[in-house]
Amino acid sequence: MTLTTTSYRSGTPAVHAGFAQQLRAEWTKFRTVRGWVAGLAAAALVIVLIGLIGAHTERPTCEDPNQPCTGARGPGGEAVTDRFYFVHQPLTGDGSITVRITSLAPEGAKGGLPPWAKAGIVLKAGDRAGSAYAAVMATAGHGVRMQHNYTHDTAGAPGTVSAASPHWLRLTRTGDTVTGYRSADGARWTAVGTARLTGLPSQVQAGMFAASPPATESTSQKFGGLSNRGAPTRATGVFDHVALSGTESGDAAWHGEQMGGPADDFASDGTFRRADDTFTVTGSGDIAPAVGGPMTAGGQTIERSLAGTFVGLILVIVVGVTFITAEYRRGLIRTTLMASPRRGRAPAAKAVVLAAVTFAAGLPAAAAAVLLGEWLVRPGGFDFPVGSLTELRVVAGTAALLAVTAVLAMAVGTVLRRSAGAVTLVFAAIVLPYILATASILPAGPSQWLLRVTPAAGFAIQQNMPQYAQVDSDYTPAFGYFPLPPWGGFAVLCGWTAVALGAAVFMMRRRDA
Amino acid sequence: MKQTLHAEWTKLRTVTAPGWLLLALVVLTVAVSAATAAAAECPSTGCHQDVARLSLAGIHVGQTVVAVLAVLVISGEYSTGMMRTTLMATPRRSTVLAAKSVVLTGVVLVAGAVAVFGCLLAAGLILPGNGFTTAQGQAMPAPADGPTLRAAAGSVLYLVLIALLALGTATAVRDPAAAVGVVLGLLFVLPILTQLVTDPDWHRHLQQIAPMTAGLAIQSTTGADSLPIGPWAGLGVLAGWAVAALLGGGLVLRLRDV
Repeated sequence: MTLTTTSYRSGTPAVHAGFAQQLRAEWTKFRTVRGWVAGLAAAALVIVLIGLIGAHTERPTCEDPNQPCTGARGPGGEAVTDRFYFVHQPLTGDGSITVRITSLAPEGAKGGLPPWAKAGIVLKAGDRAGSAYAAVMATAGHGVRMQHNYTHDTAGAPGTVSAASPHWLRLTRTGDTVTGYRSADGARWTAVGTARLTGLPSQVQAGMFAASPPATESTSQKFGGLSNRGAPTRATGVFDHVALSGTESGDAAWHGEQMGGPADDFASDGTFRRADDTFTVTGSGDIAPAVGGPMTAGGQTIERSLAGTFVGLILVIVVGVTFITAEYRRGLIRTTLMASPRRGRAPAAKAVVLAAVTFAAGLPAAAAAVLLGEWLVRPGGFDFPVGSLTELRVVAGTAALLAVTAVLAMAVGTVLRRSAGAVTLVFAAIVLPYILATASILPAGPSQWLLRVTPAAGFAIQQNMPQYAQVDSDYTPAFGYFPLPPWGGFAVLCGWTAVALGAAVFMMRRRDA
Repeated sequence: MKQTLHAEWTKLRTVTAPGWLLLALVVLTVAVSAATAAAAECPSTGCHQDVARLSLAGIHVGQTVVAVLAVLVISGEYSTGMMRTTLMATPRRSTVLAAKSVVLTGVVLVAGAVAVFGCLLAAGLILPGNGFTTAQGQAMPAPADGPTLRAAAGSVLYLVLIALLALGTATAVRDPAAAVGVVLGLLFVLPILTQLVTDPDWHRHLQQIAPMTAGLAIQSTTGADSLPIGPWAGLGVLAGWAVAALLGGGLVLRLRDV
């Protein structure tokens, strides 16, 4: 009377529901929803298209349409400003030049000089703008400096120059090495700095120079306004006790010349006057690396061809949010969790798939935008050339920015479960601060704070503009200067994403589906 | 129409999200305005700032909340299937959209007015401490004086028009996430594109047609000559966008199955 029952067993082998299977499930979901694939494709397309608009605008720095439109390039390939008034004569082989500078003043004694107005002595490889040089100089606001090859700057004795406290300056060339000296009395000399100028020709131009950059009209605090570049300024340096040793030419061979092209709104023409042994040199412009900001506003940068990133981000945010909220809306999440009951895994698998897919879509888009932009602004490439490593960082960083933002959007969508609210929250966290800070809607101070603490700090991964202490500019977000370094800003975004993802896993575990 | 209005008001009133969103609108707008005012500086050389515009900076953020609210008014019904009930009760589809527009206008008008009043109040308390005093030629915005009143009332109208623009867009798009994406893109993409265009004429034209830059011209009280578009004309451009969105949404609503 015993009743034996055999329970039914499915003939198909049991499938181990591992993480790989879940990844595959999420990938299948993603690729079979037309809207998501189309959204990512549109994001990639829009990045390239807006990049082309950015690259294809006119370049206001072009003066002569017949000339190739390239700014001066320094010995290291960087963009430089090389405009000043030069009173010089050739110097062959080793030798030195010594002067006493007794005055550095604005021309006509009206107004003040920019702090980086400078006058001094320079040894320069040639007439070409951007050629190698070493100089020791008096500045209006930063004491004596030794500078060479545009990017290098060494501080010497502080204090302004006057007839009562003149500076004696000397440059000595030995082979490829140039050493700058400063003295208060012409007897006891102190070395300011040493420059190694590799490949310096045997004949160089040695002499006195004066330069003064345009003042920045700092209106960056103005609400909704950008700061502007002021009119050119002119600085006058007065030199005497001029001595050149190691040269064949005579004392009468001094020859004044405006370097770096004709006068425009950056620099006006300089002059020089000689009375007995006193040289009065008036010059305008700067010998310095080129930086962003009002000085070169409108210059082509790699960032400009990636201006479409934030439009792509809006699309990526929508895709990221709906990747999870659509499951809640359709009830698919119950199936998902039934198939894989370990709940923490669902957001994790979604994050992995979403990040991989977005990165894969963003990388070719960013690369195409940059390469096409570079090709469009030929000859000469971007006004601010960057090394290939930096270029790689900017391109891969842009794709990573998109990928991490997609994960952030997905995590916020998991927590909120409402697509409209989640899209707006992520938009308000990353795109809105970026727009408020860079479109000069907010003043510079709050802009920098926004780009430090909000996920929008991640945009810092795109920054590539050089910043130099020896050039005054508005180093503000509106001009492409972020308050955090590239990876630092990206880390802020990743931090926010990690927090959101943690919250998503936590909520997923605690809450009913 | 009266019943439809009543129905729409009941729906809006009995769902929790709109209440929170209206509260968020007021709080966020005032908070951002106050933070901007606290960060503004007025050097002794004179500040040459548009105080009304500065005080109303929070509208930039507040408009995103308004956009969500407007999108939810219609997309929420599509996601829950409520839309079928609504259209069964009121078969004339244009009436439904009109009733939604009226109710939305009403709540945004009230909440927007509270937010704008809060902004001016906060700025009036904070700005004098940062050097914005009558001695500097920067009189505090008195709501009674003409340009400031225009900026304040115009900002409330701006929020209403953004709401209608979002409502029309969401009626056409239906999916809430996509609708919010479209509205935010429409508002914020054009200003950035404008930055990329160096040609001055194109630059000006883009600023004249972009809904956000044109609409926010209403906040300007100084430097009217340098504006790309006049205050009321700018608001008119935004009104054009809103009407176009509502007409487009209404047409789609009429032609399409639910």
